[in-house]
This record gives sequence, structure tokens and C-alpha cells, in this order.
Amino acid sequence: METITKMVVINSSKLLPSDVAMKLYESRADVMIKETCFGVMVSGEREVVDLLLSNVRKLDPYGIFIKERGFAPGEPYRCRATRRGGARPGFHNLETEDKILPHIASALKSLDRGEIPGQKKQKKKLDIDKFKEIIKGTEVQQ
Amino acid sequence: MKVFIYPTNSLILSDLVERFGHEPLAIMQEIGKKVRTQGLDSPPMNITPEDPKFGLKYAAVEVPSGVRGRMSLMDPLLSKADAAIVVRDPVISFGCMGCARTNELVNFLLRAKKIPLLELDYPNTEEDAKSFVYKISEFLKSLKPAEEKK
Repeated sequence: METITKMVVINSSKLLPSDVAMKLYESRADVMIKETCFGVMVSGEREVVDLLLSNVRKLDPYGIFIKERGFAPGEPYRCRATRRGGARPGFHNLETEDKILPHIASALKSLDRGEIPGQKKQKKKLDIDKFKEIIKGTEVQQ
Repeated sequence: MKVFIYPTNSLILSDLVERFGHEPLAIMQEIGKKVRTQGLDSPPMNITPEDPKFGLKYAAVEVPSGVRGRMSLMDPLLSKADAAIVVRDPVISFGCMGCARTNELVNFLLRAKKIPLLELDYPNTEEDAKSFVYKISEFLKSLKPAEEKK
């Protein structure tokens, strides 16, 4: 059996990481749970973790985002406690994507409503002949 | 189906692929294997004697060793990929020359593999995000559903 770790990133107005952690504890599954500032990390057998997190996602399908993590919680290679503080590797990626999550949540909602987004108008590049005309028009006559 | 994602550690892409019923191929899986393997002093910084062989499949010896090291991690993902979702020029993939060359090589290999490929830009607004998610959902619907995990 393969042991994996998954990160649950919460971007919800009705759910806190502690709520998700409590829900996970209630399940009494054989997993290790760590509550963090962005959500929860769950470590355990793949089948157990996948099943558990598919149920957790139902708490707020648009506010919970899940991905796998290579390192287990508290791993000395990554944990700030053993690396003299600072942002852990991977934090900046999470921070960048966390800013977009509200947009993604709203997009998922509109997808479930069956909305089809309109085509965005693409700006055309300036035609070379028109550009030449502009240059000629602005040349100073001597 | 197994869908390769680029950036290879993206939360959004990994989540969306799993949400729409496919299996994301992300770098975290490979890192996890290295971390869980006994006998490595500082995973994923150090490698096994087998790893350079995977890297050499893609890049010659005179290519910076960083490229070969990174490619040894990417190799299992690229070889398993049935489809791919690529975000063009993601800010978070900016790095050293080893990173830049690896990113170029990965994008080239995906195109050369002739698998279904979706190219997008990261959304900045809500409207962009709607189009981003819609395109991904339509792309993933057009693929066969994921096989049952063994």
C-alpha cells in the first residue's frame, strides 16, 4: 500500500481549516492530519485519503481545492522548524495560485449553471502598411 | 486518462483534472516516491545511479546537469501522459537556466508526442477564469474517462 500526502487548500467564506480538520477527525480514519493556515494536510494510505477527501470536498465543492504533496507534514527537508524559518519551498507557488482561486470558484459555479463564456475579443496586431503610414505622417519635413 | 499538467506542481490544474474525472500527472507524485525511498540522504536533491540514465534519454552529457536531473523526474510523467494541459509562460515557473531549458524541453516533448494538448493562459479576471475552466472541462470531457485505479 502506498502512503501519500494531500494538501487541502480552503478558499471559502463558510468553512475554516479547523472545520475541515474536525470533520476529518470525526471520520476516525487511519490518517495523519495537520491543520495549517491555508487548509489541512492529510497523510495516509492512498485509498483511505482519496475516499476521505472526496467526502470532505462535498462540504464546499467550490471552496476546497486538493492536490498531492511529495513531502509528509513535518518532513525535516521542508519543515520550517528544522530550516530556520522562512517561506517553505512551494509556498510562493501556492500564494500565486491562491489569489486566482476565488475566480476559479466562481467559474466552477457558472459552469455548473451551464453558462458558456463568450469569446474574448483578441486585439489585432498593427498592420505593417498602416504602421509605415503613421511613420510617414509623423516625419518632420525639412 | 492520465493528464500531464504544466506547471507540473499546479494546484489549480491538478484539482481541475481530478474534479473532472481524470488522473493528473504532477511532479509531486515523483517527489513523493523519492522522499519515501529509503537510503536517499536529502531527497529530492540527490539522485540514484539510475536517474541520470532517464535524463540522458532526453539531453546529451554536455547539456547542463540540472536539465538532466529535472528530466529524470519528468520522464515517468511524460512517458505515461495520454493528454496534456499546458499554461503558457507561467510566472511561477520562472527560474534559473536549468529550469528554463527543462521547461522548453518539456513543452517540446509534449508537442512531439502528438497527444491531445490544451494550451491556455493563467486567468487574471473572473471572465478569463470562466473561459479557462470551461475550456479545461470541454477538453477533459472529450477524452475517455479515467480507468479504475488498481
